[in-house]
Amino acid sequence: MRTIVTIIALLAAVVGLQAMQERRQPLGLPPGATGNVLYVRSPEFMRRAALSYHALLADVYWIRAIQHYGGTKLTNDPSKQYDLLYPLLDLTTSLDPNFDIAYGFGSLFLAEPYPSGPGRPDLSIALLQKALRAQPDKWRFREDLGFIYYWWLNDYVTAADWFKRAGELPGAPNWLKPLAAVTLAQGGNVATSRTLWTEVFNTADQDWLRTQATFRLRQLDALDEIAALERVVEAYRARTGSLPRSWIDVIRAGYLTAPPADPAEYPLQLDSASGKVTLAGNSSLNPLPATTAPGAK
Amino acid sequence: MRVIRHIAVNVFKESVRDKVLYNLVVFAVLLISLSYLIGQLTAGQDMKIIKDLGLASISIFGLLIAIFIGIGLVWKEVERRSIYALLSKPMRRSELVLGKYCGLVLTLLINIAVMTIAFYALLAYINWVIDPAVRLSWPAPAVDPAMLKAIVLIVIELMLVTAIALFFSTFSSPFLSAILTIGIWVIGHFGADLRNFGGVVGSPVAAAVARGLYYVLPNFSAFDVKAQVVHGQAVPLGYVGLTSLYGLTYLALVLVGAVAIFSRRDFK
Repeated sequence: MRTIVTIIALLAAVVGLQAMQERRQPLGLPPGATGNVLYVRSPEFMRRAALSYHALLADVYWIRAIQHYGGTKLTNDPSKQYDLLYPLLDLTTSLDPNFDIAYGFGSLFLAEPYPSGPGRPDLSIALLQKALRAQPDKWRFREDLGFIYYWWLNDYVTAADWFKRAGELPGAPNWLKPLAAVTLAQGGNVATSRTLWTEVFNTADQDWLRTQATFRLRQLDALDEIAALERVVEAYRARTGSLPRSWIDVIRAGYLTAPPADPAEYPLQLDSASGKVTLAGNSSLNPLPATTAPGAK
Repeated sequence: MRVIRHIAVNVFKESVRDKVLYNLVVFAVLLISLSYLIGQLTAGQDMKIIKDLGLASISIFGLLIAIFIGIGLVWKEVERRSIYALLSKPMRRSELVLGKYCGLVLTLLINIAVMTIAFYALLAYINWVIDPAVRLSWPAPAVDPAMLKAIVLIVIELMLVTAIALFFSTFSSPFLSAILTIGIWVIGHFGADLRNFGGVVGSPVAAAVARGLYYVLPNFSAFDVKAQVVHGQAVPLGYVGLTSLYGLTYLALVLVGAVAIFSRRDFK
């Protein structure tokens, strides 16, 4: 009985001390140190060290990559760094070259602009090129490459080339070749972007990717709305000879019934000096992509 | 054969009484069950990690059983001096060694069967509760019979490791037997490096020695098809057959060596 009481008391003391420790200010790191550590970065070494458990080790590194990306993205640290993301993805895909989702998601994570991601489309391309060396017949990697060039680098010629090459592979969807042609002809317009993201939404088997596609489609809706409102402002100027001072003038002129809002319900801003329409600074749809809507300036 | 069977059943009964064995199997089944929770961390790759962790658990825990029971199989009899009583019975030394080996393999098979059943039960449960749309995204079905190919090769691999552990236990202490067995198992995964050694070093003699070692040492990496079955890639039955034949031939070689050493050993 006395032993049990002693054990319970010591356990309570341990838990209490841990709670006290958590309330204390954490020890700071020296300036420039992120606290992120990856002791082994060599894929060749890890592949050998893993013996016959390389697939399981790939899963461990994949979990680590997701935790690193998610944890860094959610932090409020103004100097946050995604310094381990590419090394972790490189290790994951070296240990398991058939780990398709690591290539696909990994390339999206890497390309996301800072602070949502490291903003490194060049590393996305490197990862997808690695995927193609491991699995040259997978059309999806070529499509993903085209996507990176299209969306993050605005290199529509290269994007169209990758869409075309993806479309030539067996099993590729039949919308890829027409997409290549449209991309080459019209570049980065909203309609092409909408086609891409709609296909991502329809074919995504992960919630994260569907959420991402929904967000991008709402951004494209915002671009369409902005373009339409700028045409309204232009029509107001043509009729009255001057730009409206605010949305109230536009409503009084009968062009709108209420102050416009973006798809995320944030009020759209009108610049009375230039007639340009923009998102509110605190809109969750910021920053909008560098894609032009039809009729936009 | 009757003597071997008697000894094998005896070894099996002794192993079943060993608490360490129960702990290992229970831990393996727990780990397989926990993989369901770990899978939630993988952004939609839960089926992959459950299969990877399940197959790896069967392999690792089987390896622990093979090594840590195998290294003591003969040594325990020598240490307890019960070897004299055994050898005074009307049986050959080869029957004792082979009986010990068969008993441990029987123990191993039963434990692997338990872990395999737990593994497939978990996969069947997940398959039952998951959204049908998610099922379509899997490269292979949850309750995939192809994984049995990986498990069969794991069994053959472990039978070979058991034979190697038994071989060393016929003449050395458990600690040394464990080190040597694990060492051979690790080196057996570097076959490709041994084969390609000539391309890295300038010395033709070193390259020849490495190439010789590549052929002589057991090639354990050949038994690993876990990644292929998880990704739904085909593993031809011919490959499984040839690799199994290689494993069984090699273990026969090791057992002959163990019997030869044990037969000549002087216990005075």
